[in-house]
Formats: sequence, structure tokens, C-alpha cells
Amino acid sequence: MLEKLPTYIEGFDHIANGGLPKGRVTLLSGSAGSAKTVFACNFLAQGVQHGEAGIFVTFEELPEDIRRNMRGFGWDIAQWEAENKWAFVDASYVPDSQVVVGSYDFGGLLARIEHAVRRLNARRLVIDSLSAVFSQFADHGTVRAELLRLTSALKALGVTALVTSERDSEYGAVARHSVEEFVADNVIILRNVLEDEKRRRTIEVLKFRGTSHRKGEFPFTVTPDQGVVVMPLSAIELKQKSSDLRISSGSAQLDQMCGGGFFRDSIILVSGATGTGKTLVATTFLAGGVAQGERCLLFAFEESREQLFRNAIGWNVDFPRMEADGLLRVVAEYPEISGLEDHLLRIKSEISAYRPTRVAIDSLSALERVGTRRGFREFVIDLTSFIKHEEIAGLFTATTPNLLGGTSITEAHISTITDSIILLRYVEYYGEMRRGLTILKMRGSLHDKDIREFTIDGTGMHIGKPFRNVSGILSGQFSYLNKDELDRLTNLFQDDAPDLADR
Amino acid sequence: MYILKLYVTGKTVRTERAIYNLYDLCDKYLAGNYQITIVDVLENPELAEEEKILATPTVIRELPLPRRRLVGDLSDVRGVLKALDIPFPSEGIEDESLEQK
Repeated sequence: MLEKLPTYIEGFDHIANGGLPKGRVTLLSGSAGSAKTVFACNFLAQGVQHGEAGIFVTFEELPEDIRRNMRGFGWDIAQWEAENKWAFVDASYVPDSQVVVGSYDFGGLLARIEHAVRRLNARRLVIDSLSAVFSQFADHGTVRAELLRLTSALKALGVTALVTSERDSEYGAVARHSVEEFVADNVIILRNVLEDEKRRRTIEVLKFRGTSHRKGEFPFTVTPDQGVVVMPLSAIELKQKSSDLRISSGSAQLDQMCGGGFFRDSIILVSGATGTGKTLVATTFLAGGVAQGERCLLFAFEESREQLFRNAIGWNVDFPRMEADGLLRVVAEYPEISGLEDHLLRIKSEISAYRPTRVAIDSLSALERVGTRRGFREFVIDLTSFIKHEEIAGLFTATTPNLLGGTSITEAHISTITDSIILLRYVEYYGEMRRGLTILKMRGSLHDKDIREFTIDGTGMHIGKPFRNVSGILSGQFSYLNKDELDRLTNLFQDDAPDLADR
Repeated sequence: MYILKLYVTGKTVRTERAIYNLYDLCDKYLAGNYQITIVDVLENPELAEEEKILATPTVIRELPLPRRRLVGDLSDVRGVLKALDIPFPSEGIEDESLEQK
């Protein structure tokens, strides 16, 4: 197996199974605006920060432009140049008029690159971008031959090189001018796709000759403090430890229905139509944590802080005092302020910084409209994996589009990865609207199977008796049973066989 | 006065050809009114860095201004004369330059 060089770019080494093939040339191809230069600079910057000097060969932008553009990421290239950790080989366009008068080669460039690599003892090298060379010379035959010579010279120098190239469409030829022919061994593609009027950046390792990598596209984002951040998603392994420790849901009655509370490191989904009491369940869950002296974190995407605080007061929960005590943090944001990838990073960094034992997101479905369906699915998977990894309890709410019955997209995406699902439903009860609550799923535990009445008053939530004579609550197609019919049904399954619970 | 700098990479056949062609041209058309400096990029890579030399051989005409770049082994005599603003002799160009066979 070929050795890999860790790039230290967040998440990338996961999908590349360790990094870039060491001592080889890798082509990084992408359309205009796909963050090729940022990725390439990130590769060198991470190298510098891990004690490996890097060379940046630029055919396009001027070194001073790159220095200025990358300062926003906190990379002080000028400083690194002074410390001999970074060097530019400036092959950008020269303003002097240039004519070709005979045969030539790229010996000058090669000599400069070799000199720079030797001078800094560089381990990493970037060429940005190969496509630009073609615009400097009309004779493409010579350019191709010389680029081939250049890439083989890089292998001889022993540097791990990342070479960028332009492509014209997101799903077409690998690169303009077929440059992949010179660096055919390893190809990475960056995409910036417009999907449902939303921009989505993805990265795909197309091939690594002689070594392994993850297949398919992975979303990534570019942030000011970290640069490129790849979301490895399916690269996350399901190896979370599972705990038997129970925590209170904040409601004694709900704990009882769950067979003694939620598990400590579990994901709970609370689903229901608007106004069924999802925010209350989330509030109760957080208040229950605070009552135990636990730190709780709430991400609100539907209501402002003021609204949330006022609601909580109405249920006799004092959020401002909890925040003052340092046991609660409320982050309220509009879902539209950023893309899903950035929301994900924000949520993760808040969790890492605040170190809560309980996290609630109200509601997860509000984030559906920010991204594409696929993007949302990846977001939910990544987020739940992260929360499980942190071994904390996560409670998400999801709003169903229909007032009666129905499921939400959120449910469809995460029902299999959640440990518990609580459904809240409107119940039409002889001409009156009531609320019902049921536990659909409680992984690793027995639970109450009834659909019980759920009421809300000035002291919070209350769970009452089961709806015995209404059926079809979950589907929203109600039918009512009279007393005799109910008794007959109740007795129908009673026989001499022992109860399931006693087995 | 023509001030010309020729950048080459090592002592290759192409280098030799470029040097021969440059001196030959200058002798014929500039009649001693020139100064040629030859820079081997392998020996002085920092000079190549300064001038952003990509392809070799490259001739930079430093004087008279404006600066001009001629890339290649200078076998295209007509092209060289034109690029250097040297008037074409009326009796036609004696082309004895070395060309890649």
C-alpha cells in the first residue's frame, strides 16, 4: 500500500483514507469559483503549521494577491516566507510583450522549482493552475510535452504535489485541455453545484492509483477561521458506546411512559403538527436537565429568544435565571442566515465550546428549507453522529406538514437513527380538539404503547389517560368506538399465554 | 545600443543553438552596437525567479525600451528581427540560422 501524507485539512483525510498519496502528483480539478486555490493554500498552510515547508507555483494570480486573499483565513504567508517555510515560484503572466521565435522548453521553470524545493527542503508543492499555462503559449503540443516533463520531475523531487486545473462543467470532462493525461494517477474534483437555487460545494476523490479512498461526493464548506472543512458523513463509524444510564425527560409521567426516562446518549425525535406542544416537550427536557445541575444547550430556529423566554415563563420555566446560573445557553437564529454546512459547523462548535450534557434543536425541520433534500439528509446524519459521539442526549423537534396525521421529511430522514420517537397529534374527540402523545419507539427498552391525552397549562405539560375509544389518531382518520365494542376488543387478546413483559 | 540578456538552461544543444543564432544575428544586423549577457538558469535560479523566466531559451531586450521577450532558440530570423524592431535589409534576409532538424 502506498504511503499517504496527511493534509490536516479538516475532514479531508477521512475521505482520502489518510491523505494524499505521498510523493505523488494529485490533480485538483474544479470549475471557476470551486475553491481550488483556497484548498491548495490550505494544503500548504497546514503543512507549514505541522513543520513541512511548501512551494506555491502560481500561473494565474500574483503572489501579492494570494498573500492578501489568504490573510482572511489567518494565514500569514509573508511571515512564513520570511521564515523560509513557504516560497512562491511566480510564473504568472508577464506584462512584457512576448513572441515565440523557435523551439523552447520549460527548463527555466523547472530549474526555479527545483531550486525553491531544495532551498526550503519543501515536502509539499502546489501548482495553480495548469490550465493557465495554455493561455500563455499558443503551441499546445509543446506545452503538453513540457507539462508531462514537469510532473515527472516533481516525482523525482519527492514532493507531494497538488496541481489544479479548470473544468468547464460540473459533470463533464475531468479538466480543460485534458491535463489529467499528465497527472493521471490521482484526481480530486471540487464542485460548486447550483441545486434548487442553492449552492452546494462538494469534493470527490475520483481516483488514487494503487491506494484506497472513500467514493462519492462529500459536502464541504469554506470558513474564515478554518479554511476548507470537509464533512466526511458516511466516513463516521457507528462505534458509539451505548449507555444504560437513564436521564429524566423533565416530566415524571413521560419518564414512566419511556420505562424510566431517556437513555443518556440517545437521540430523541419529537414530531407533531404546529401547536401540538413540541417546544414545550423540548423546554421540559432542558428544564429537567437544569434541575439536575446539568448544562443544557438550545438551538432555536423558529422563534426568537424573547418569544422562547416568554413561552417558557408561561409554563413556569425560568430560562433567564437558568442562563444566569450558567446552566443554559440559548442560540436563536434564522435558518436562512447560512447554508446547512455552516449551520452544522456552528452547532458543532457551540457544543464543543459549551460542553452541554443535553442539546435540543427546535426545530430541525425549519432547516429543511435551507438546503437540498440530499444536503439535509447528510446534515442530519452528520449531526446525529456527532451528538452520539459526544455521548450526550439530543432532542430534536420536527414539524409535520399536515395538522392531522402525516410525517415530515425530517422524520423520513432520521427515524432510523433516532433512539426514541415521540409523536404529538391532534385528536378530534366528539367535536373537540385535544392533544395526544404516544411513544412510537424506544430503543433498548420497553415503553408504554398507549396514545395518551396530553394537556398544557401554566405549570407545563401533563400526560393523562389513554384515548380508549378513538382509533385512527396517527393517520388522522378518526373513528369512535362505543363501550361494548371497546370491552370486546380489550378482552379479545386475553388468553392464558403469559404477557410479553413477563417473559 | 541593444542590451540583450539570454536565459538558458544548462549546456544543451538547444542552448548552443540559441547562443549561436543570437550572436550571428547581432553581428549581421547590429554591427557591434549590442551587448549580450548569457545567464544559465541552473547556475543562477534566483535571477530567473526575478525575471519570471518560464521557458528557455528566452531573450529579454532590456534596451531600447520597451522591454521585449523572445522565447525559443531564435531560429525564426524574421520573427527575431521583427520582435527586436531591427529593420529588414532590402536585399533580403540571409538565413543561416541553425534550426532543429
